[in-house]
Amino acid sequence: MATQVVPDTRRNRKVGLIAGACALGMLGLGYASVPLYRLFCQVTGYGGTTQRADAKTAAGVKVAGKVITVRFDANVAREMPWDFKPMQVKQEVRIGERQIARYHARNLASQTVTGTAIFNVSPEQAGKYFNKIQCFCFTEQTLQPGQDVPMPVIYYVDPAILDDPAAKNIEEITLSYTFNETHESLAARRNAKPAKLVEKPLDPAQARR
Amino acid sequence: MASIPANEGFDAHDHAHDHDHDHKPGFFARWFMSTNHKDIGTLYLIFAIFAGIVGGAVSGMMRAELAQPGIQYLGYFAQILGTANPSFDQQLHLWNVLITAHGLIMVFFMVMPAIIGGFGNWFVPIMIGAPDMAFPRMNNVSFWLTFVGFLSLMISAFMPGGTGQGAGTGWTVYAPLSTSGSVGPAVDFAIFSLHLSGAGSILGAINFITTIFNMRAPGMTLHKMPLFVWSVLVTAFLLLLALPVLAAAITMLLTDRNFGTTFFDPAGGGDPVLYQHLFWFFGHPEVYIMILPGFGIISQIISTFSKKPVFGYLGMAYAMVAIGVVGFIVWAHHMYTTGLDVNTKMYFTAATMVIAVPTGIKIFSWIATMWGGSLEFKSPMVWAIGFIFLFTVGGVTGVVLANGGVDDNLHDTYYVVAHFHYVLSLGAVTSLFAGFYYWFPKMSGRMHSEFLSHLQFWIFFVGVNLIFFPMHFLGVQGMPRRYPDYAVAYTYWNEIASFGYVIMAASIGVFFINILYAFLAGKKAEANYWGEGATTLEWTLSSPPPFHQFETLPVIDDKAHAH
Repeated sequence: MATQVVPDTRRNRKVGLIAGACALGMLGLGYASVPLYRLFCQVTGYGGTTQRADAKTAAGVKVAGKVITVRFDANVAREMPWDFKPMQVKQEVRIGERQIARYHARNLASQTVTGTAIFNVSPEQAGKYFNKIQCFCFTEQTLQPGQDVPMPVIYYVDPAILDDPAAKNIEEITLSYTFNETHESLAARRNAKPAKLVEKPLDPAQARR
Repeated sequence: MASIPANEGFDAHDHAHDHDHDHKPGFFARWFMSTNHKDIGTLYLIFAIFAGIVGGAVSGMMRAELAQPGIQYLGYFAQILGTANPSFDQQLHLWNVLITAHGLIMVFFMVMPAIIGGFGNWFVPIMIGAPDMAFPRMNNVSFWLTFVGFLSLMISAFMPGGTGQGAGTGWTVYAPLSTSGSVGPAVDFAIFSLHLSGAGSILGAINFITTIFNMRAPGMTLHKMPLFVWSVLVTAFLLLLALPVLAAAITMLLTDRNFGTTFFDPAGGGDPVLYQHLFWFFGHPEVYIMILPGFGIISQIISTFSKKPVFGYLGMAYAMVAIGVVGFIVWAHHMYTTGLDVNTKMYFTAATMVIAVPTGIKIFSWIATMWGGSLEFKSPMVWAIGFIFLFTVGGVTGVVLANGGVDDNLHDTYYVVAHFHYVLSLGAVTSLFAGFYYWFPKMSGRMHSEFLSHLQFWIFFVGVNLIFFPMHFLGVQGMPRRYPDYAVAYTYWNEIASFGYVIMAASIGVFFINILYAFLAGKKAEANYWGEGATTLEWTLSSPPPFHQFETLPVIDDKAHAH
């Protein structure tokens, strides 16, 4: 009782194609994860991603009594000819209260340099509650040779932080920025003459008033 | 097994148009343009043994360096590999190249080709009563893609890779070390090697899925398939769903490196942690890809030498399905120290521990199969019992590491190295040797020496335990992985581990002597040399099976148990 082999190539092709489509679908999902991950970070504050609020929302926030310390940190990517510093080491703010913090940047190069600041807060579970109303990090910043500019941030800490068991005991939040030069700016500078430092760095004593 | 005619029953059948039934093509056409699943399986096995020697030699270099604190041999090795007067940094870079090469070779070019490409190709079609794979030509493409991928990885070792030559990124190829951290073409070649072998594996997975779904002999329902076929089916699905995600991630690495994209570069709005998520979404299923076919092999062997069907067949099959499914939702347990919040860690801890349930079902069912069975301790059975022991040790340390809080302390220490070598180097490789001795006479037609197989087992067992068990102590004491040097306090157990390597290497020598013996002086193997316990379809064919088997399909009787 043996049956003759009849290779069913159509059926094989169908299953094979479905499996191949699954593989392609997973490849697509791999790429789709890039925007999805960004969205996820923005919504959940994962990885210390801070929130963005408009002035109207911020005006409606109740000020809670508790005081929290916010420390400021500034970094510049390697080989970016900027001097970038916070003007204050830390601020004591009441939760929910709007505050302004100032950074200061100076272009040390003899060419125009454009950069963007990336940011996060630590501890990471505070990211969800750290709201920025206005920030130099929202847009690209261009500095002419030798130009120096103040860079303000207006922020508040959402009182909802007091309801989160994982975050309510936080007493200090560090806000950190890192400036990176944009690819276009870097390419433009490389094509121009070699860069030369024209200004001496900011005096630290002056920067930390 | 009354339903399946005994020895060589299908062999005798002849087609009118095919006079020479066992006609084989010439050497070049047979081995380089092969479409025969058994020949391709053989190619995979030879390739995997070769890659295993290379990967094993690399680990020998590492154990030599680690035998004593300080840097002793790296400069010497770097000179052999073509760096004249290597600087200290170049010597340390070579260390990174060695750990990268060892990981990539063992995962992608030894275990996977051997267990899926080799045994899978050889025995899945036979066990389901099919004449060949569904897409024989594509099967050939799979093999040669894997082969070319290996060449690409070998080439990368001789290319500039930043500090020194070769890709020194670790097998995980984390950004930013693999992007802005490693200039030079070495890392591109390594990534390309993963693309090639990944494409080969995806094609292979499509082939297995189609074969198993469409080409089972009449009466061979899914619930009657041997457990090895089940294991390969689940593995094929894992490959199909996980590897494209790796392909996407490493393609992003390539474009980040060469074409100015910033998927993983914060300067352009990317995030290096995203790479880790993508990598481990692939990486965790990958570890099950390496071990599940081993589960299948062990099930066949335990059943054969207990002369009983496997205890709880359906539970065994669906335990593998469950391991496969849950394997996709636990990836972040590799990333506990990347700043996950407490709730996320709790979820991943719990989900990871859930995997211990189906795995426990398998361990208990193997033991229950042996319980009350008519046990015969032939060499494959001894290897299989060794597998159960070693895999269980690795499983227990896995449950320890699953805890987010404990892992904060043990992350990237030798405890982790001990854990994954117990499940892979000792687990998967032991199952490979078990399968090899189980099926070698079937594939070659020659009996190996049972004495040498037993001898190899005991030497290997002592050797690998000496290498890896002390690593638990080193890890708990805080010795970090991926460094060529260590504090003097760690010397004692490192010496023992390096000594264990020598013993393990000797057992591999016995393995080759055994193969040599089989081909030179081995007895001719009968069709069913393991006797009444061996009930799957490969034992109804001659050893080696005819070039084309099952030209008339076997019919599986409902009353007989095919598993």
